[in-house]
Amino acid sequence: MFYREVGQFETSYGADMALFPIRQDRIGFALILAVAFVILPLTGNQFLLNSILIPFLVFSLAAIGLNILTGYTGLLSLGSGAFMGVGAYACYKLSTFFPEVNILVWILASGFVSSAVGVFFGLPSLRIKGFYLAVATLAAQFFLQWCFARIPWLYNDNTSGAIEVSTHTLFGLPVTGPNATPTTRYLVVLTIVVAMAWIASNIVRGRIGRMWMAVRDMDIAAELMGIRLLRVKLLAFAVSSFYVGVAGALMVFLWLGSAEPEAFNIDLSFLLLFMIIIGGLGSIAGAFLGAALIHILPIALRALPALVDLSLGSATIEQLTFMVTGALILFFLIVEPQGLARLWRIGRQKLRVWPFPY
Amino acid sequence: MKKTNRALKILAGAALALTLAAPAFAPAAAEDSIYVPLFTYRTGPFSGSGTPIADGMHDYLTMLNERDGGIGGVKLIVDECETGYDTKRGGECYDAVKSKNPVLVNPWSTGITLSLIPKASVDKIPILSMAYGLSASAKGDVFPWIFNPPATYWDGLSEILKYIGDGAIDKLKGKTIGYLYFDAGFGKEPIPLFQQLSKEFEFTLKLYPVAPADMQNQSAQWLDVRRDKPDFVVMYGWGAMNATAVKEAIKSGYPMDKFVSIWWPGEADLLSAGDGAKGFKTLNWHGVGTDYPALRDIKKLVVDAGKSLAPKDEFGGVLYDHGVYNSVLIAEGIANAQKLSGKKIVTGDDVRRGLENINLDAARFKALGLEGFSAPIKLSCADHNSHSAAFIQQWDGAKWVKITDPITPDTEHVQPLLDDAAKAYAEKNAGWPTRTEGCDNKS
Repeated sequence: MFYREVGQFETSYGADMALFPIRQDRIGFALILAVAFVILPLTGNQFLLNSILIPFLVFSLAAIGLNILTGYTGLLSLGSGAFMGVGAYACYKLSTFFPEVNILVWILASGFVSSAVGVFFGLPSLRIKGFYLAVATLAAQFFLQWCFARIPWLYNDNTSGAIEVSTHTLFGLPVTGPNATPTTRYLVVLTIVVAMAWIASNIVRGRIGRMWMAVRDMDIAAELMGIRLLRVKLLAFAVSSFYVGVAGALMVFLWLGSAEPEAFNIDLSFLLLFMIIIGGLGSIAGAFLGAALIHILPIALRALPALVDLSLGSATIEQLTFMVTGALILFFLIVEPQGLARLWRIGRQKLRVWPFPY
Repeated sequence: MKKTNRALKILAGAALALTLAAPAFAPAAAEDSIYVPLFTYRTGPFSGSGTPIADGMHDYLTMLNERDGGIGGVKLIVDECETGYDTKRGGECYDAVKSKNPVLVNPWSTGITLSLIPKASVDKIPILSMAYGLSASAKGDVFPWIFNPPATYWDGLSEILKYIGDGAIDKLKGKTIGYLYFDAGFGKEPIPLFQQLSKEFEFTLKLYPVAPADMQNQSAQWLDVRRDKPDFVVMYGWGAMNATAVKEAIKSGYPMDKFVSIWWPGEADLLSAGDGAKGFKTLNWHGVGTDYPALRDIKKLVVDAGKSLAPKDEFGGVLYDHGVYNSVLIAEGIANAQKLSGKKIVTGDDVRRGLENINLDAARFKALGLEGFSAPIKLSCADHNSHSAAFIQQWDGAKWVKITDPITPDTEHVQPLLDDAAKAYAEKNAGWPTRTEGCDNKS
């Protein structure tokens, strides 16, 4: 009923290969975009935009990046938090060297710096797999975080050791710094994330994505079929680190406004890993769902007691939030070990055949 | 497929809960009260330090509500927001309270303070970072919205060095001094001054950074201490780091009376280390204990009435009293703002003016029921700090004992560095606004 697909024929190869081949999906997606681009910026207050939506989008982008590496190519990484840091520090250095250049250029350029660092730390992936690779990327995490804290050049010798973002403008409007409104920043982040998610979903459906998945499923078989492991694995590291790096630059420049090395610690890497595991490995939508569950759910839970006029004290609420979030994560993983994206896929399939399930 | 059906229902339920929760993000602002948010942390590895401070701040303001009906007849809404000492969560708290017209914020974390400093002048919300945060923000002409009384971390360091140098830093020539610090914004803050003084007065400075992740595992740092044998160890620690440092110092046999800390270790940090902690010294600027009329009021109206979360042994402790002092500054800022603006319900801008007019002399402290609690403090438009003297207190195994007279900071060395740092901050943040805010108190 919801998905009456009768009469929708694909008459060209292009239509057959479309991102959303079913009309209802296209309408639904357009609705989501309309809400995100028009309704939310018009109605959202500072808390909704700045503390819920911007971080959600930033984490989604980073999760897409990690998903390319871990979900699509099967290379486990615990260094994604540090790669976000590389993006952030690269953007900071570039924008302080050349403050007159448009900040968006530097945000994207910092992705390439992160990419290069990612390829370097990806080299061991040619020899080691699985948990051993996780340990190698863990080394990257610790080494890079040490650099952020110990190399004064990276933070321009600030006594506090933190990096601070000054004001940059885009079309005359401030997009970074204290004068940028949450709405402007949200729209900039949203545009970048939508564009990069669209590119990612096309990469993973195409030749490159298929090579990644072949490597993930069995790298020896992939090699026998003529896929060059060296190039493919390093390409996965490069693309993944690019996404993660851009997310890191967005995090500092358009969300936090300043950052200490501690912001890119191992917890952030784990958080991103949990997002893609809960959201669904090897799924772009899963990155968004995972980011929503990990970031928005605790905030919503913390707001609940105030809503029903229950004064619990901030510490009690905090503890309860931890417990409930943990329990929900366990629950979702028991119900569907392959993540929320898989749950959505099953639900969608049921809706398509409803009311005549078979 | 039954299983997925149920899962879908749950998903729908979760979505519904989120929708329901949405209005909670747009809270109503009361018209006849003053909203005072407190950023606190009662959970996580810093809760040991954060909880007593949160209780002290909360209880004093609650006592004002109970005893006087607020300030100037206006009730205070005291609202805690849990930050967990995490900068990201601090930003979240800031966004959450901003729409409720807060008259000021207390970040209680140097990291959060640093991230809020640029926002303060845009949002017109003053920041009170009592004896923490950016040292350079003491300069009111560059940072009109930031207040960090009664002393900066740099003042504190010069006071400690004066103490261990027997009254003058130049007596430290040839000595070795270790600096054990929390390796984040807070602990790094005094390093430039430390390095400059070490060069000028020719003492050797050894740095022992403790990464936030390693707070409870300092064996590596104390191994270095044993190797270097510094004549004194100065500590800038927070949370679980303080207790661990004291335990490690005992384990490595470091003489406790050569171990001097900035004003943050609390009683619990030392009690957990046992008898060996006897002799440990910290800097402090106010009285400890409950022997003040205001604290007796807190006891009667708040603690005994069950309106406080503070356990018995925490009430009146040094960190609890830090919290009380912080709230005294808040209350004084609001009271001054009411006087200056003639309004009952004051705004952030009024409170900024109020804080610039703080003049807590002995008589005023007595009027507040805190006679002899602390040395006088006076702020002005140019001086947001007052650079107060602080004394050394020593742990006798059960309580703090004041062992020195107040030691004044070494202004001669601190002030030029402070001026440079404020200038550098404004330069690095291109477009930093020059002060346009009016001034009621030029002196």
